[in-house]
Amino acid sequence: MRDLIRILFFLLIVRPFMVLFIGLRVYGKNNIPKRHPFVVVANHSSHLDTVSLLYLFPLRELKNIRPVAAADYFEKNWTVSSLSHTFFNILSINRRCASKHENPLAHLEKTIALKQSLIFFPEGTRSLTGEMSSFHSGITHLIEKHPELPIVPVYLCNMGRSLPKGEFVPIPFFCEIKIGETLFPKGDRKEQLEMIRNAILALKGTK
Amino acid sequence: MSLLEWFEGLSAARKAATLIVGLLGFASLIVFFLKLFNPQKNWDELTNRLKSWWVMVGVFFIVLALNRMISIIFFAFLSFWALKEYVTILDTRRADHRALFWSFLTIPIQYYWIGTQWYGMFIIFIPVYMFLFLPMRLVIAKETAGFLASSSKIHWGLMAFVFGLSHLAYLLVMPAVPGSSATGHTLLLFLVILTEMNDIFQFLWGKTLGKRKILPTVSPKKTWEGFIGGVVTTTIVSLFLRFLTPFDVPATMLIAFVIAVSGFCGDVVMSAIKRDAGVKDFGDLIPGHGGMLDRVDSLCYTAPLFFHIVRYFYYG
Repeated sequence: MRDLIRILFFLLIVRPFMVLFIGLRVYGKNNIPKRHPFVVVANHSSHLDTVSLLYLFPLRELKNIRPVAAADYFEKNWTVSSLSHTFFNILSINRRCASKHENPLAHLEKTIALKQSLIFFPEGTRSLTGEMSSFHSGITHLIEKHPELPIVPVYLCNMGRSLPKGEFVPIPFFCEIKIGETLFPKGDRKEQLEMIRNAILALKGTK
Repeated sequence: MSLLEWFEGLSAARKAATLIVGLLGFASLIVFFLKLFNPQKNWDELTNRLKSWWVMVGVFFIVLALNRMISIIFFAFLSFWALKEYVTILDTRRADHRALFWSFLTIPIQYYWIGTQWYGMFIIFIPVYMFLFLPMRLVIAKETAGFLASSSKIHWGLMAFVFGLSHLAYLLVMPAVPGSSATGHTLLLFLVILTEMNDIFQFLWGKTLGKRKILPTVSPKKTWEGFIGGVVTTTIVSLFLRFLTPFDVPATMLIAFVIAVSGFCGDVVMSAIKRDAGVKDFGDLIPGHGGMLDRVDSLCYTAPLFFHIVRYFYYG
């Protein structure tokens, strides 16, 4: 049922909105791997980020894409939680009390085992300035367990102007999605994060 | 002979459409032979431009043929896309968010006045009411650094792309010109066809004869030869489109002259904005042309001027 609602939501609302209102420009769409699972890693400045990344995929694949979300924000009440689960199929991760009983990584691994792909925003929160802040190390835990998982770097442009943190009406600035070639980060955690970060920043100036 | 009779029997709007399609067909034929005789040269840009012209002309004539309401919505969408391209290249502040929201909301409101033919409101809504309201909305956002720059930029955009372009739609709802077969509809065709042809003539003359730069710091490709050649050609060609208007021969030439010169002005003013913002084109909507604004830039100037000349002298 939720899958059907989501498909209708994307078909009737998200697609017209992205084409006619936002005028989304997509570059490098061929860089998206044909087979799941993979991990999309992007800069974060707006709620539009998740919507526009999900918009890239065919409707029937929507159930296989899980945007990783912070439980402390998206599970704060019933309305936010059920809306974001239904419409965006989020995978909420408890990042506050990562005790031994509840390993946040376990959820991610279960998802990967189901051949579902993830959307990751390693900054952890929406940037207010449009500049990319430092990355959290969460994603490197996943990379260590699954070094074969392709990482897709994505640079999102102008989303934070269209719908900044703290606003609820979007302004139709043209937004851009730039998708880079897949990576398989090597080295220690710091080097891995650096590699992903640089790949995203390198996309900023390209078309 | 029967072809000519058939053409004579058409309504003014259909005559215009037939002429334009004929011209485009002729241009396509020329490009086809150019490619045939000179295949090693790169014709991609020209081919793209021509293809886009076919699409634009098709969309324009089909929309106008459908009905008045759809045409007004089409022009509202033109304003929307133009304003969108304009604000995207601006350096906006976080504090401008709500004022920008209101400026986009003026589009349906402004076109609603047109739909209801409320001329008084149409003509003062943006220059008076929005002019007073938007700075106040920026004041409520409490950020004074860059306040004047923001209110000026936003209001300039509204004037050019919502107020200016909406004159095209208002022409549509104008009644028949007293004592003539011309209507607002045919006047709109005259204006749009001549403005766009003027762009093309200036481009062609500039390409073939262009030597002396006219505004090198703003638009390095524009030349005196292109400008003068364009103005002269447009003024002469306007005589073939006189059947769309109530104008006599001298008036047609004078009005065509105004369209040609002001079209050039619109073109270079938008170029100055692009230079200021450091971009080459406003977007990539129309292959070979750039963004929507790269195509309607001249209309932002010619539409209000033409509208008020005609309204003053012919609707008395």
